[in-house]
Amino acid sequence: MDKKYGAYICTGCGIGEALDVEALISAASGSGMKPKTHEALCGAAGRKLIEDDIANDGVNVVVVCACSPRVMQDAFNFGDDKITIRGNIREQAAWCKEQPSDKKDEDTIKEYYTELAQDYVRMACVQAKKTDMPEPFKLETMTKKILVMGGGIAGLTAAKEAAKAGYEVTIVEKSGVLGGKALGWTKQFPSKAPYANLEEPTIGALVAEVESDAKISVKKSTEVARIGGAPGNFSVTFKTPGTKTEWDAPAKVGVDDQDRIAKGQMEDPNAGMQNYMAQNPDAEKYGAVILATGWVPADVSGYEHLGYGTSDKVVTNAEFEKMVKDGKIGGIKSVAFVQSPGGEEHDMDFPYCNSVTSMVALKQAKYVRDANSDAKAYILYQHMRTPGNAEMFYKGIQQDDGIFLTKASVTKVEASDSGCVVHAKDTLLGEDLDLDVDLVVLAAGMEPTTKYENSINLAYRQGPAFLDLDLFDGYSDSHFICFPYETRRTGIYTCGGVRKAMTMEETVDDATGAALKAIQAMECADRGVAVHPRSGDQTYPEFFFQRCTQCKRCTEECPFGALDDDEKGTPQPNPTRCRRCGTCMGACPERIIGFKNYNIDMIGSMIKAIEVPDDDEDKLRILALVCENDAYPALDMAAMRKHPLNSLIRFIPVRCLGSVNMAWVKDALSAGMDGAILLGCKYGDDYQCHFVKGSEIADKRMANIGETLSSLGLEKERCAMEQIAITDYDKVPQILEDFVQSIIDLGPSPFKGF
Amino acid sequence: MTEQSASGAGAVLVVGGGISGLTAALEAAEVGKDVFLIEKNPYLGGRVAQLNQYFPKLCPPSCGLEINFKRVQNNRKIRMYTMTQVKSVSGSKGSYEVTCETLPRYVNNNCTGCGACVEACSDERVDDFNFGLGKTKAVYRPHEMSFPMKYVLDKNACSRDTLQKIKDSCKYDAIDTEMEAKTFTLNVASVIWATGWNPYDPTKMTNLKYGQSNAIITNMQMERLAAPNGPTNGQILRPGDNVEPKSFGFVQCAGSRDENHLEFCSYICCMATMKQITYIRERYPEAPIYVFYIDLRTPGKYEKFREKLMADKNTHFIKGKVADIIPEADGVTLVAENAVTGDKVQQKVDLCILATGMEPAIKAQASGLGLEVDSNGFVVSNADKGMISAGCAKKAADVVTSAQSATAAALKAIQAAK
Repeated sequence: MDKKYGAYICTGCGIGEALDVEALISAASGSGMKPKTHEALCGAAGRKLIEDDIANDGVNVVVVCACSPRVMQDAFNFGDDKITIRGNIREQAAWCKEQPSDKKDEDTIKEYYTELAQDYVRMACVQAKKTDMPEPFKLETMTKKILVMGGGIAGLTAAKEAAKAGYEVTIVEKSGVLGGKALGWTKQFPSKAPYANLEEPTIGALVAEVESDAKISVKKSTEVARIGGAPGNFSVTFKTPGTKTEWDAPAKVGVDDQDRIAKGQMEDPNAGMQNYMAQNPDAEKYGAVILATGWVPADVSGYEHLGYGTSDKVVTNAEFEKMVKDGKIGGIKSVAFVQSPGGEEHDMDFPYCNSVTSMVALKQAKYVRDANSDAKAYILYQHMRTPGNAEMFYKGIQQDDGIFLTKASVTKVEASDSGCVVHAKDTLLGEDLDLDVDLVVLAAGMEPTTKYENSINLAYRQGPAFLDLDLFDGYSDSHFICFPYETRRTGIYTCGGVRKAMTMEETVDDATGAALKAIQAMECADRGVAVHPRSGDQTYPEFFFQRCTQCKRCTEECPFGALDDDEKGTPQPNPTRCRRCGTCMGACPERIIGFKNYNIDMIGSMIKAIEVPDDDEDKLRILALVCENDAYPALDMAAMRKHPLNSLIRFIPVRCLGSVNMAWVKDALSAGMDGAILLGCKYGDDYQCHFVKGSEIADKRMANIGETLSSLGLEKERCAMEQIAITDYDKVPQILEDFVQSIIDLGPSPFKGF
Repeated sequence: MTEQSASGAGAVLVVGGGISGLTAALEAAEVGKDVFLIEKNPYLGGRVAQLNQYFPKLCPPSCGLEINFKRVQNNRKIRMYTMTQVKSVSGSKGSYEVTCETLPRYVNNNCTGCGACVEACSDERVDDFNFGLGKTKAVYRPHEMSFPMKYVLDKNACSRDTLQKIKDSCKYDAIDTEMEAKTFTLNVASVIWATGWNPYDPTKMTNLKYGQSNAIITNMQMERLAAPNGPTNGQILRPGDNVEPKSFGFVQCAGSRDENHLEFCSYICCMATMKQITYIRERYPEAPIYVFYIDLRTPGKYEKFREKLMADKNTHFIKGKVADIIPEADGVTLVAENAVTGDKVQQKVDLCILATGMEPAIKAQASGLGLEVDSNGFVVSNADKGMISAGCAKKAADVVTSAQSATAAALKAIQAAK
């Protein structure tokens, strides 16, 4: 693209009064641009000024120095064939000025903030020069077919719903039949108002519907050996369940492990297997994958006081369901359902229960009553969990005078001549209970299959399983509250029991949503754009491989496992797996990774565009690289709330702190800037980083650079990283003020002026 | 904003711009479908925009909303209308004609968000975003992070003189006091109803005395008190006298699980209370807190969150429904029976929080729009008709479940548009 620049400075919203506009115009001169000014660029007349230049002078790169890039995006969108660059001189210069004081009068303040805005104008002009038009990445071959792993309710529903939207689906099911756990159910929970009655199972109808759907093919008695490739082009090898093949998913072998294997200090866990990058000519192609391999009943034999395993009169809820199905409860006159194992120690339910087991107990109590009108059911709970409409089913059950419900701390279950005795305290009856019953049913939880197996069997550089399973108790979850479907493996979505213990009603919704995400991932891959959270982004990381030293940092650090590598260790990008956070770019010591509109040279040049006075001790310069999703809006908000932001700091938004390359920080400090701070999201177990790992990685890198600095004779305190939530707008000004003060205390950088 | 856009073949209409509606609209649009998104408030974000933090991560909802707003701005497939409601629906699956009405904002698209009008305005209005806990100027932004970032004028709250001053203060000619309501029609294939919920009216529980003492607030008011952009900048002070409360009481199931009010369980209130205990602890590390409950519904991964809070020696959990609240000169006394011990409990607290439940917001209008609702006013999803419900319009749910439900609704809507 032949670039023709047009630069514009808005003087509205107080900018013209707060800052010296002539000085702003002259700041652009170094770039050869001569900005035009307007009192309201976003208004009709302002936009016309720009549109006329586009029409008459062929301007195709528009530099708008005005309000924050977070606002007025519509107003400054001049079409897909134009580039717009924004310089934030409203929120982060004109609106965040400090109040006059003894130390600084009004004119001095104007001078400082004008210098700040001048740097933003310079940065915007440089950014315009370094930004190229994105060209979407297109796969050579594109498959829009979905693989569903697991043929239970979740998998069947996902397949059915995707097929209904017009997509082809394959279901792969380990066992010889479709239907999963639901095949064993006698009745289902009520699904519609008035939520009073149990319903007949619908699983048979669902299986029949799927089996007669021309868009759905089913592979029974089959499992996935490995999945290679990327969204739009996954390559899937199937196998007979339980067998070992050369195409099984290889275990992760890290950089250190590779060394040890090479030295003979460690056995290769993947011996006899095809390399993870090998292409199986017999593999089938899919565009997206849905993991719906469900759950397994939890083992409750560890609760010795509850007698499971020592008495055959103590069974789990899953076993009881089977007894009912097999017609084996006819002679049973009394059953106690124990919901919580903690006795007097604690009042939690069995692990992995969610609220499902409360509902199961109510349903099974009904079975007891339906089988025998004289029979009695006792439900002993700490907290009855029937959220939402399930409450109405619970209320209905309370009307049955053969079902006794009470809060109780069950302390012991003992075998007796005829059955069991259940001892309980803290009941609602005002006394301790010793219940003689024929049978005790324990409300065992539903453990996700992902707790025990790799499940998705990826042939990825970063290993075959989902990450962070330990953090989420074995559930496959990235645990974003707002974005529950996002996993760290693009194009692979999960639903049903692998996500949490859920009822059938919840599972159907969940599976339908997963089908939508799978379809979306394929359509986005087809259009060459990113999926969440940078939805629609057409850029992707490009590598200058001639200079790659095979250090593998990018491959290891990518939060989404987008990079594989070849035998030598050269990264092999999979752009459709990529979420465009730029963590690879931040990781690369050779600076060979970049995006069309976001790269090392661009940000580096923007930093160089900052004027660093070398003879004024009051005018220190501090670089702040800021997460654009959370910390940057917090800064804007601080300005709107009239909190001053220190005028010595230059803020540059970045896609994610993970994308921050330490070369930028080093360059800034060697150019005489006095300090550098990174503002990113909270990390740790409750991380808020939209790219999961960005701020955590940045913190580590920043700590390392501190060491480097000390070797150069600079104090490592000149570099810092702070975790800032988007709502920290009232706190962030002081955090910055404190950092600036610490730099002032250190004094100007000794590198100034060199 | 375009007035009329009826291209529509295969388009999806999403009614409601809260977390469910936003999610449904974005998920459908990112598949590549045309979406209209209408919202009755002057801002998107709905209820979650009013929350201080989400449980159990205790992270700010505006973080996820910011991403969603960015997705909306970057997506040409979504057309968004604020202050807009559905007036009528006709047609059938595949070709619905939906008439919508946009109320006047009295601020046009020239608005730059500079805020000069606010400085010029001396009249005030009750701050509904903060549930009446304070006032805003008559020209206002509902909250600082509101999207779109445009002001709104409450014309009825202004004197003629103030109106003129507001007009004169705007350099961009953005104040248009003559603006009128606009009606327009959309042709769409399917409609997603993501109309969300309202807090159940606490005055309906006469025994709980809401409105009769400044020491009785609702859980949603508590969210605003704790929010850094709330009426107290995040300090938890008793409304009216701004006293720092020395003791707190939570009244669970205030309306929920009660056949005289809401017969269902509102799903979120137990966890909301657990979360609000953390708000209190952050500010008042030692203050005694009393929670009166029927069951603590903190299932699954929420159990860990509850366990931590229950270890706090100054937080007391009493199984028993509050029967009466007695307003006192300084605080209130909560009256309940402990269901385990049988003891009658009278507990004086400085501030009490009613954990009010959720009532479907569209309940009253639903039948006029031809929607099928259940006995509690939740919209019954009917994919065969292309009338799909999502989030808390469909059933009481937390944010995660709402987002799942909205994603599912997006697929059902796309199927209907095929």
